[in-house]
Amino acid sequence: MRLLNLFKIATKAIILNKTRTLLTMLGIIIGVASVIAMLAIGEGSKESIRTTISAMGSNMITIKAGADVRGGVRQEASVMESLTLSDFEAIKESATLLSYSSPVVDGRGQVINGSNNWPSSIYGVNPEYLNIKVVDLQSGSMFTDADVYSASKVAVIGQTVVDNVFPDGQDPVGQMIRFNNIPFKVIGVLEEKGENTFGQDQDDVVIAPYTTVQKRILAIDHLNQIMASAVSEEEAPDAVLEVSNILREQHKLTASDEDNFTVRSMEELISTFSSTSEMLTILLVAVASISLLIGGIGIMNIMYVSVKERTKEIGLRMAVGGKGSDILMQFLIEAILISITGGVLGVILGLGATVFIEKFLNWPTSVAVYSIVISFVVCAVTGIFFGWYPARKASALDPITALRYE
Amino acid sequence: MSKAIIKIEDLKREFTMGTETVHALKGISFDIKEGEFVTIMGSSGSGKSTMLNILGCLDQPTSGTYEIDGVRVKDLSRNELATIRNEKIGFIFQSYNLLARTSAIENVELPLLYNSKVSTEERRRRAIEALEKVGLGDRLHHTPSQLSGGQQQRVAIARSLVNNPVMILADEATGNLDTRTSYEIMALFQELNKQGITITFVTHEPDIATFSSRTIVLKDGEVMQDYNNHKVQSAADELAKLPKQDD
Repeated sequence: MRLLNLFKIATKAIILNKTRTLLTMLGIIIGVASVIAMLAIGEGSKESIRTTISAMGSNMITIKAGADVRGGVRQEASVMESLTLSDFEAIKESATLLSYSSPVVDGRGQVINGSNNWPSSIYGVNPEYLNIKVVDLQSGSMFTDADVYSASKVAVIGQTVVDNVFPDGQDPVGQMIRFNNIPFKVIGVLEEKGENTFGQDQDDVVIAPYTTVQKRILAIDHLNQIMASAVSEEEAPDAVLEVSNILREQHKLTASDEDNFTVRSMEELISTFSSTSEMLTILLVAVASISLLIGGIGIMNIMYVSVKERTKEIGLRMAVGGKGSDILMQFLIEAILISITGGVLGVILGLGATVFIEKFLNWPTSVAVYSIVISFVVCAVTGIFFGWYPARKASALDPITALRYE
Repeated sequence: MSKAIIKIEDLKREFTMGTETVHALKGISFDIKEGEFVTIMGSSGSGKSTMLNILGCLDQPTSGTYEIDGVRVKDLSRNELATIRNEKIGFIFQSYNLLARTSAIENVELPLLYNSKVSTEERRRRAIEALEKVGLGDRLHHTPSQLSGGQQQRVAIARSLVNNPVMILADEATGNLDTRTSYEIMALFQELNKQGITITFVTHEPDIATFSSRTIVLKDGEVMQDYNNHKVQSAADELAKLPKQDD
């Protein structure tokens, strides 16, 4: 009842000073709106960086042979033959955090089509390889598990290879090429991906079933690598651990043995990128917070002036029975009302600004719900914090002095 | 015999100004009975304002006792004093002290806003009643700037009545008004007094005192005179005697 009355008194005071209240609110409105818009920009760029990275295969996990010792001499990974098809099968069987996996055998050689030839790399993989690398076909189709099983001589080639061995622009799908004198039927062309971060041409490849490459080109039965992708970016570190455990068991390593393989994820790359955009977000929010702070100081300033201006009114209220706590609450409610109304308007303006930025400036934005909640809470706290001092001052006034104040 | 609403005994109030002690009230004693119309007179520096502040529970005496409606005021906290002001005293000021841009009825409701025992409906009803009592039943929604000085003071009187106080305390209530209007206001006070309301009127104008039933004159912090007025003038009659205004 008493609080309701004080609420009415405070509302009345706000309505009586419309212009001043609105100007006071402006600080809060702009503060909140900029916090929301800045966070939306920050989140948006973080998200767009994340999408870019996952387009490169951010979940990718690479397993290589390594750390083998023969007669006290550490061996280079490429000459080791410790990674086998049964390792791949064990991983495929028991790993729970992987969505795709593929054995990889690779070699270099000459791609020949009639009088045209071009040096390139051949990758022997299974059909899941495309999912791991996040790459599509621009024409034709990928080979199937049946092709892998039967070691068919079929291949999917990259654009660079197409440009060099089919220079007159004919459709390579269905044509025969030779790789190191082994004939392959081209059944598909990879979508262009360009160079990767390290300057490697990702289109300069020939992809064939690993069984074919193992038997007909390299004449080996071990694997060079196993590639896989974790179910999600977040699960990647756990997936690395899981794969390691499977391989240690598979290789019958005791607790004291070192790993004779290496398992790596793209984690480092991801954390570099996301820490950059995190920095950006923090910077933007810091700038926006300053404007919110200034809005808060604006409230304090106006409330302070308002207390001075209404000293006589405060004296009267005390004379007719208003207690110090009533006066304190009245001014505090006033401050909170101003900041919360400003907060609501700020949220609306902030969302509007975000839509504007997205539509007209074409910046990626993403409004985080937490940013609305946070700026709203900050608003209310600002109102209480900056309203407290002037309200406290008003409540401590001596009614006699206040009544005589001119 | 009517009971004493105010009991004051050997009341002293001292102020410390730097190293000097000012004795504003030097041992004052008097009672005010229910239904009295008392004027407290005195020139500036007589301790009149200090007396008013203490009577109005805005200030505390240094020593001596002050009892209002059976409550000993000394040693009450700020909040307890506020409650007494809210429930037992109606204030009227020289400069009306109405809230600007606020309607008459809302101004009158003000004391009841701080009394959580009064509901919204009752508050409104009592405010209208009080305004009707002072003859402003047709001006409920006028703001102070739309009212004349006399009307504003009537709103203030209505505000002082609304909480059914045991005593109305007026501080130079006619000080800002011309003779005609101040007689009108005094006539209203006499009318209210007739209905049984106790009024204490602090003033320095001797002619105001002639309308009251009792006068206490203060000088240098002491009671110089305290006499009952046997020939109370009627403000309404005085008003009738004034030359007619040509408007």
